[in-house]
Amino acid sequence: MTSAQIAVTALGAVAIVWVLWYFLYSRGNAVASTPTAGGVQEVRVTVKGGYTPDTIVVRAGQPVRLQFYRDETADCSERVVFEEFGIDQQLPPFQTTTVEFTPEKPGEYPFRCGMSMLKGLLVVEPAGERRAAPSPHKFHGVAA
Amino acid sequence: MSKTRIVLPIEGMTCASCAATVQEALTGAAGVSSAGVNFATNKAAIEYDDGHTNVAELIKTVRAAGYNCGKASVTFGLTDLHYAPSVAPLEQSLASVPGVIRAVANQATETATVDYVPGVVTAADLEQAVTAAGFEVAEPIAAEDPIERERIARSREIRTLTWKFVLAAVVTVVAMLGSMLLMADRPMGDNGTMKQVDLLGRLLMPVAIALRDWVSGQGWVLDLDWVKWGLALVTLPVVIWSGQQFYKGTWSGLRHRTADMNTLIGVGTGTAFLYSLVATAAPGFFLRAGLPADVYYEAVTAIIALVLLGRLLEARAKGRTSEAIRRLAALRAKAAHVVRDGHETDVAVEEVVVGDLVIVKPGEKIPVDGVVTDGASAVNESMLTGEPIPVAKKPGDEVVGGTLNTTGSITFRTTRVGKETALGQIVQLVEDAQATKAPIQKLADRVAGVFVPIVIALAIASFVAWFDFGPSPEARALVYATVAFVTVLIIACPCALGLATPTAILVGTGRAAEYGILIRSGEALERLANAKTVLLDKTGTITEGSPTVTHIVTAKKPDGTPISPADVLKWAASVEQRSEHPLAQAILKAAQDKQVSLLPVEKFAAMEGRGVRGTVDRRIIEVVSLRHARERSLELGSLGADADRLAAQARSPVIVVVNNTVYAVIAISDPIKPTSKTAIAQLTRLGMPIVMVSGDSRKGAEAVAAEVGIEDVIAEVLPSQKADLVRKLQRQGKHIVMVGDGINDAPALAQADVGIAIGTGTDIAMEASDVTLIRGDLRAVFTAIELARRTMRTIRWNLIWAFGYNVLLIPIAAGALYPITGWVLSPVLASAAMAWSSLSVVLNSLTLRRFQPRWTTLVAEGS
Repeated sequence: MTSAQIAVTALGAVAIVWVLWYFLYSRGNAVASTPTAGGVQEVRVTVKGGYTPDTIVVRAGQPVRLQFYRDETADCSERVVFEEFGIDQQLPPFQTTTVEFTPEKPGEYPFRCGMSMLKGLLVVEPAGERRAAPSPHKFHGVAA
Repeated sequence: MSKTRIVLPIEGMTCASCAATVQEALTGAAGVSSAGVNFATNKAAIEYDDGHTNVAELIKTVRAAGYNCGKASVTFGLTDLHYAPSVAPLEQSLASVPGVIRAVANQATETATVDYVPGVVTAADLEQAVTAAGFEVAEPIAAEDPIERERIARSREIRTLTWKFVLAAVVTVVAMLGSMLLMADRPMGDNGTMKQVDLLGRLLMPVAIALRDWVSGQGWVLDLDWVKWGLALVTLPVVIWSGQQFYKGTWSGLRHRTADMNTLIGVGTGTAFLYSLVATAAPGFFLRAGLPADVYYEAVTAIIALVLLGRLLEARAKGRTSEAIRRLAALRAKAAHVVRDGHETDVAVEEVVVGDLVIVKPGEKIPVDGVVTDGASAVNESMLTGEPIPVAKKPGDEVVGGTLNTTGSITFRTTRVGKETALGQIVQLVEDAQATKAPIQKLADRVAGVFVPIVIALAIASFVAWFDFGPSPEARALVYATVAFVTVLIIACPCALGLATPTAILVGTGRAAEYGILIRSGEALERLANAKTVLLDKTGTITEGSPTVTHIVTAKKPDGTPISPADVLKWAASVEQRSEHPLAQAILKAAQDKQVSLLPVEKFAAMEGRGVRGTVDRRIIEVVSLRHARERSLELGSLGADADRLAAQARSPVIVVVNNTVYAVIAISDPIKPTSKTAIAQLTRLGMPIVMVSGDSRKGAEAVAAEVGIEDVIAEVLPSQKADLVRKLQRQGKHIVMVGDGINDAPALAQADVGIAIGTGTDIAMEASDVTLIRGDLRAVFTAIELARRTMRTIRWNLIWAFGYNVLLIPIAAGALYPITGWVLSPVLASAAMAWSSLSVVLNSLTLRRFQPRWTTLVAEGS
């Protein structure tokens, strides 16, 4: 093998590893949710060629309200799927679609588009000592 | 200072106590006289004094309570706003429209931006407000409706896509000619260019040589360096404009750490273009390395042109996949003649309210759902039910919006409007179903998710492989490596994987709707295709579900003259008019049909489980069961044999006794639908075991089963036991399709693998069934199963194609054939294959549009 071949082979291997890591395993910047007066953790997500933000941090045990605004007609982003929460929601273009659920257990929950091309991650942190905002859910037990 | 009423959409309510919170907040707000919040519809109906508060305040109240109001915004152009002395009147006029939160006009841009509550404000309201303020809108306001916005966005997209393609195509022709001149200039063989040996090059070489000879024959001398620069120049706009979306997509994908189609095309053409630019600007670099300074401009433009063409054709084909639903939606009438204040007025169909009297003239569409109050006509309902024969309508009958009145004129009272109408529900149901996927797509989705990064990795790997093991010298290997890298990226087609299921479901469910079959989801479709056993309910499914008098056999008078059946019917019906038994209804209906006038009945008594008795016309009339007649040892004579014969034919005989003498046997049966027998024969031909379930006696049920050709009968099953029965069969490993009516059989339908609710007519009412048949025709079950199987077959083929294509062609693109045959694929051919691949999936799905159930062809052949 010539030195050029060795160099190209090494570079290629690095590039392959990087591509696979970058697209399949790495994560972008996280955005924490802001609780509303009602105790609902709300995050707005823009859907255009991906989810912005694509990593969302919330607290366990409190309702989460994600508002997806789909700013394109590309087929890929037509649906958003949260498999663990049994959510498979259609996102009409140029509209805000609300997805609501309450994550009970801390952990990382990936979400994706209908074709698994676009990806995002919901990070559920333990309820912690953050003071729970007053909730209107009087009859639902504010266990968190 | 007047009372105003508004309905606000509320977002974020998750439970009834949320609704209570919002309601409390609104009721307590200043100026609000009453507020009702409905959790189910997510709406708040508020009555307020518009002198004290306004919509913006109300929304603030809702927000303060921790919830949100739907808000939409629209910006529209205004003519001559520059010259207006002030925009205040315009803003005020717009803001005074109920439901408008804020209105801002901008003189510099001649536009107005309005924030409003969606669903409350219409475009027409805003236009009216603009006109009232003395201004004029530049073009109709269209953004109220997101569907409309989507349509506009799509058509604009297609238009620009077309122009981008045209530019790329024209440049491709020029670039091809140029590249052929370059190609022919070099001798073939070891010092030849790689382009001469790839698959496209082999085809084009003779043409290229002919072109070169023609050019030199004209006495023209070409400086090939200038040809390259020329090609670079014409390719630039294609890359910058036509191919823009690929590079933008690549960039946005990189930022989001996602990779899709755009990444592949973007990186592929980008590499080819940059490589060519270097070869054009610094050919010495290549030549010193003993390398032909080839350029690949024609590949760049051809790839962009072909991929754009593929997308264009795909967009058009995909438009056709949802044609069925558009045709359904287009059935809606636009206007209606409504009687208001005693006058007939024409109003838009949106303004018709429940309770309105609507007049429909011959040849007109029925605008909304209702019940006929006056007139008679025949209505063609084929567009909804598939039933070709017009249905007679008289007062009391239901009419359905979207159907066509034929000859007569009718007046009806509106019962449902808008989305509540049968048509509205059908459209909604089909649209919802079309948005779902079949479970079979799961694998494809999983693959699609990791597909692009893996393809990029493969492309890099093939680059390395060519570089290390490709033809010597090393510099030559670099060219092969680069071409292989680009070709692998271009040929990979993740779109075919993603389109395989959704397009087929779109077409399949749409086609089903045209046959009056509403399939709830892709999953229901898949289960229907896989079902193995059909369970049919008897009453209302195989039979009409309404008992009818079929025979009246009378005894002879002592003098030998027969007793008149009309008299028997008159007496029996007169007694039965006080009874509520289903058999009594059949006798009454027969009397009504025969126009027999009923007599008053005295001393009426119902004998529990045995029959009824009463005095009519000074005679004691009894209508009793056969068993009771035998128990009382009444003399039946030859009628006894008749009654037994009728009972064996699945009819219920009742005995009419006059003054303790048996006068007649009336046979009542639930007639079998005329289409049931054919339907069951067809289902049998599908190779599916058919089981009939009935609550009736074994004898009666078996008689019906024998008549329609069913061998397996489970009789004497209470409605509540049907679900258990389904469960029992399922435990034996059977995939059950249960066909029954949507109300009584609902638990069994829900328990079955696929529940088919039959003949719910126009009241689709969102039942729990997986499949709803609008018409009570059993043949639709056959059609539904066939269509489901065809759709699944189409999906399977699509997936096989999509997987097979990628598995086969990616290695070829990487150069797997080179060691054996010496073939190398050209990037141009790769892009053609890729564009064709995703298009062919859509086209394959479109073949479902021509689906016809086999029974229609059989009927056609038979007649």
